Amino acid sequence: MGKTLFEKIWESHIVVEKQNRPSLIYIDRHLVHEVTSPQAFDGLRMNNRKVRRPDLTIATMDHNVPTTDRSLPILDQTSSVQIQTLEKNCKDFGIKLFDINSPNQGIVHVIGPQLGITLPGTTIVCGDSHTSTHGAFGALALGIGTSDVEHVLASQTMWLEKPTPFEIRVEGKRKNPHAVTAKDIVLSIIKNIGTGGGTGTVIEYRGEGITDLSMEQRMTICNMSIEAGARAGLIAPDEKTFDYLRDREYTPKNYETLVDSWKAHLNTDNDAKFEKQFTLHIDDIAPQVSWGTNPGMTCDVTESIPSPDEFSKGDSNQKKGAEKALDYMALEPGTAIEDIKIDRVFIGSCTNARLEDLIEASKVIKGQKISSNVSAMVVPGSQMVKKQAEEMGLDKIFINANFEWREAGCSMCLGMNPDILSPGERCASTSNRNFEGRQGTGGRTHLVSPVMAAAAAIKGHFVDVRDMDLS
Amino acid sequence: MEAFKPVSSIVTPLDKVNVDTDQIVPKQFLKLVQKSGFGKFLFFNWRFDENENKKSDFVLNDPKYKNSQILVAGDNFGCGSSREHAVWALLDYGFSVIIAPSFADIFLSNCFKNGILPITLDQQLVEKLQQENGVINVDLENQIIKTSSEEISFKIDSYKKKTLLEGLDDIAQTFQYGDKISEFEKESKIPSVL
Repeated sequence: MGKTLFEKIWESHIVVEKQNRPSLIYIDRHLVHEVTSPQAFDGLRMNNRKVRRPDLTIATMDHNVPTTDRSLPILDQTSSVQIQTLEKNCKDFGIKLFDINSPNQGIVHVIGPQLGITLPGTTIVCGDSHTSTHGAFGALALGIGTSDVEHVLASQTMWLEKPTPFEIRVEGKRKNPHAVTAKDIVLSIIKNIGTGGGTGTVIEYRGEGITDLSMEQRMTICNMSIEAGARAGLIAPDEKTFDYLRDREYTPKNYETLVDSWKAHLNTDNDAKFEKQFTLHIDDIAPQVSWGTNPGMTCDVTESIPSPDEFSKGDSNQKKGAEKALDYMALEPGTAIEDIKIDRVFIGSCTNARLEDLIEASKVIKGQKISSNVSAMVVPGSQMVKKQAEEMGLDKIFINANFEWREAGCSMCLGMNPDILSPGERCASTSNRNFEGRQGTGGRTHLVSPVMAAAAAIKGHFVDVRDMDLS
Repeated sequence: MEAFKPVSSIVTPLDKVNVDTDQIVPKQFLKLVQKSGFGKFLFFNWRFDENENKKSDFVLNDPKYKNSQILVAGDNFGCGSSREHAVWALLDYGFSVIIAPSFADIFLSNCFKNGILPITLDQQLVEKLQQENGVINVDLENQIIKTSSEEISFKIDSYKKKTLLEGLDDIAQTFQYGDKISEFEKESKIPSVL
């Protein structure tokens, strides 16, 4: 019987395999950031251990860095200590660090691919659940906890139970691909399979609706695999993948040889078997807006807030969850999504802060001003994205519309730096999680695409971006 | 990691599904560079109001559960962020057993690395345990939960059980395979980053 892409990558990385036990898997790339690594380095020190392969490890600071003027000192002392700790750890253990002043600094899941560090067929880990992003390149990319960060630093391996392969087919063509985006595809998937729908699996996204997407759009899809509970998300590499990674700063010298081998091996066989399957038809899907406190609580922009009964379909626990979510979000069932007014707009995060996202959003706002009731910010995913956008003049479009134009980082996706919502504020956000308090204690998050966020900024409430001219 | 000992305790019922790690330990507390002291941040936004006064309607603030070591929660517990701080907070607060119908993958893995026993049980049994008022016993060695009225057996992978019972250092175990790792590296065609 044939094998899935996931199984091929898995099998080529087994160091030790035991029946019905976790396998010891070799890790080709380890990405490190300031928040989930200090305790891991401490563990190494306490046991007098070193980093086995500093040459397969890179670090950057993204989660709690300020996005304001980088020449000023960091005011938050605890953030400052965490950043200095990463600098010291990288120096002590010989790890390449893209620090706060590096032109390559940025969200770790944005810079990995941009620098050509992410490669097809590799295993990639990072102490961050959105590591699944790198799966867009046909890599097996896993988010891990700090104990595993320490384990990988020490041994370049980790013990992992073999997940099961899950096929998600995305079929058809979007009628308006500028208005209905990769974000809307992945939110539609999560809305259908639920936030636990992918638990224990590695999702492979397949079909015309996926191969049609650019690499940056594919990253948005794989990024949110974790929001469906999956261990990882994958897309088979093709010419778009190989073109994207060619001639990047850290693209390997023998790249073309590697490409030949990837072309020969990195695909799912026709007779391979998936344990689980789901198909989404995208011909008629609408822009999506989340209304609740997890990404599965999402509906079409043309719909109204569902009642807890409608949402839960008879599941009493889900019903309680929906009631609590509506209470937290201060929303009533039956309210049209387009009638929801917003206070803030955040265009950023490892989900939607790449160059294409900023280009698309800029088309919506060009020559317009944001609503006087809204404050809005753009936080590019990396300093490279920021520079490229500025070379295209996008910064001016945003600034002229009264958006703030910031330095790169995770920023208000999780609000570890000063970029947070105040209690009760409602935000249209291009990030990945609408959990309670995620963007600031008491803050209310609606997940949307960059064009939907931009349109909401202009109008002061959600609107169907399909009604706008985005050509 | 400390070896896992049998637990006798009342259960704290957390009647919620999809409890994400942002709720278990909110982001404003992730800036510490050590593993200790996270207990005071556990479920912070559910335990405390904006003035940091205890909210009377949250289960952990009921004095009855003060010394409870067993948390019984709803489906998909620990979803979202990979932050191990969530497990450090639960452990530091005093929980050593978490029972739920299902757990998120990364959270589950993090539990075993820190000596917390996560037990997956059927929804009906979980709901029954949430109603349990008296002390229950969790015996990992024999994989049995004893309540006042019944014995419930639970499943656990034999290797994970051994790791918990012996408090094994994962990395030291892996170093026994050092030769195999070196062999793998010799064959690997994946170039270094630098």
